[in-house]
Amino acid sequence: MEWEAVIGLEIHTQLATKSKIFSGASTAYGAEPNTQACAVDLGLPGVLPVLNQEAVRMAVLFGLAIEAEIAPYSVFARKNYFYPDLPKGYQISQFELPIVGLGHLDIDADGVKKRIGITRAHLEEDAGKSLHEDFHGLTGIDLNRAGTPLLEIVSEPDMRSAKEAVAYMRKLHELVRYLGICDGNMQEGSFRCDANVSVRPKGQQAFGTRAEIKNINSFKFVEKAINYEIERQIDLIESGGAVIQETRLYDSVKDQTRSMRSKEEANDYRYFPDPDLLPVVVDEAFKAQVKTTMPELPDAKKQRFKDQYGLDEESTTILTSSRQLADYFEIVVKESACEAKICANWVTGDLLAALNRAGLEISDSPVSHERLAGLLARISDNTISGKIAKQVFEEMWRGTASADEIIEAKGLKQITDTGAIEAIIDKIIADNPGQVEQYRSGKDKVFGFFVGQVMKAMQGKANPGEVNKMLKDKLK
Amino acid sequence: MSLTTDDVKKIAHLARLGIDESDIESYARDLSGMLDLMAQMSELNTDNVIPMAHPMDQVQRLRPDIVTEQDNREQFQSIAPQVEAGLYLVPKVIE
Repeated sequence: MEWEAVIGLEIHTQLATKSKIFSGASTAYGAEPNTQACAVDLGLPGVLPVLNQEAVRMAVLFGLAIEAEIAPYSVFARKNYFYPDLPKGYQISQFELPIVGLGHLDIDADGVKKRIGITRAHLEEDAGKSLHEDFHGLTGIDLNRAGTPLLEIVSEPDMRSAKEAVAYMRKLHELVRYLGICDGNMQEGSFRCDANVSVRPKGQQAFGTRAEIKNINSFKFVEKAINYEIERQIDLIESGGAVIQETRLYDSVKDQTRSMRSKEEANDYRYFPDPDLLPVVVDEAFKAQVKTTMPELPDAKKQRFKDQYGLDEESTTILTSSRQLADYFEIVVKESACEAKICANWVTGDLLAALNRAGLEISDSPVSHERLAGLLARISDNTISGKIAKQVFEEMWRGTASADEIIEAKGLKQITDTGAIEAIIDKIIADNPGQVEQYRSGKDKVFGFFVGQVMKAMQGKANPGEVNKMLKDKLK
Repeated sequence: MSLTTDDVKKIAHLARLGIDESDIESYARDLSGMLDLMAQMSELNTDNVIPMAHPMDQVQRLRPDIVTEQDNREQFQSIAPQVEAGLYLVPKVIE
């Protein structure tokens, strides 16, 4: 039988606010345990939550970016369950009236474009962290994360393969970083994914029973976990079993999912409107104001890069993968007055390769856009060749000197004195009569040999275009 | 609607309330009475009524995104039963 997978994702994005969603405690990552957990976060008696305006703004900005309906009136609810990293005994979330309604995101999975529905996105508070290891049989609780604002983004069950799910997740990851509402740091848990997976015979309308895979923290693992789960469910059904609705965990070491011991009263959260919070009203004026802060979004930027700079699919995809990289590129083009394609090659080639090797982000690049622009300007005005530029770039990467300083100090200026080039060409022709003969008898490939010899003799400082032209003339 | 003694036990457990076996009967009766009142209200036509989220007819006030809290860990932890390395210690929750 042919099977079809049905996948929906729930993604928790930590909003990049300075303070928590309902308190004035800091959200900065990595502080000493419990130093950023105030009375509200600890759920001490008598405290009251007050909603952070910035969290509302970010949720609305996201809703506008996915062309969703923004609820004019939304309500916070209590989701009740007991766990020590949730001191109040309930999580403040949104249930019946979330702030962001139905929207969508267009993905591209291996060249196939598809629109994925986003059911809703709602604001909620994060829980603290439980540390289960090594406290004499006790569990340690750090409540610094408690009360950090989250936007939970719930997709429609529109994806049919692990590849599509990853494409959606990547697209969403790119979007929230473009919007500046989430730093997207998956190691620190700023962007977490739960996947709902079920299978059904191809052609069947009704959904199969789904399993939920919790807390998968990388793109690679999402793909592997979903693929494993699809196989597991198909095997189970084909051998006469049935999928049960449950929560599963992905074990990346064993590359398999396993059942979490189902909680006794799973999903009996007894949601009700939180009496400590009033309904949130987002009026047209607020929405309009948020709209003015909307940056150029990835798809639009990609199209513009193709149109404005004549770049191909591959370069535009890389360059627009983050706003910082796209901005860096555009500044380099503007400041260097160098051809956009050459700038794109440098940014996506030498620069990104060096950053990857060093494990750095574009924002931490040792070679700033001013310095790279300074280098590319010297290619564009023929002071140095592309090859010499690579040498200068390495030097720039290691130090703080500008391209001009390095070119000057190392005497790398391209030799434009045609007399000097001519003398060398004449000598090389005279020294290699055999190759000259071969070339003249039609063996064009030998031409490369001559170029190589000349460049070597001139330590790469000759203008390759000039050398080619003069060699051709001389070898006629 | 009539609640069974098992329903009452389940509700009590969900809320982590310890209740006397001898009280269950009367809780079931009282709670069932409340649910009956709800059921009676459900008979009203509420087609054009917006569900009330809060008894106060006001909207949520928003606060600016500013860090205003200081670190008071020492004070908070002085009333905790057990702490170590800045963490609150609780009975182990997973095996």
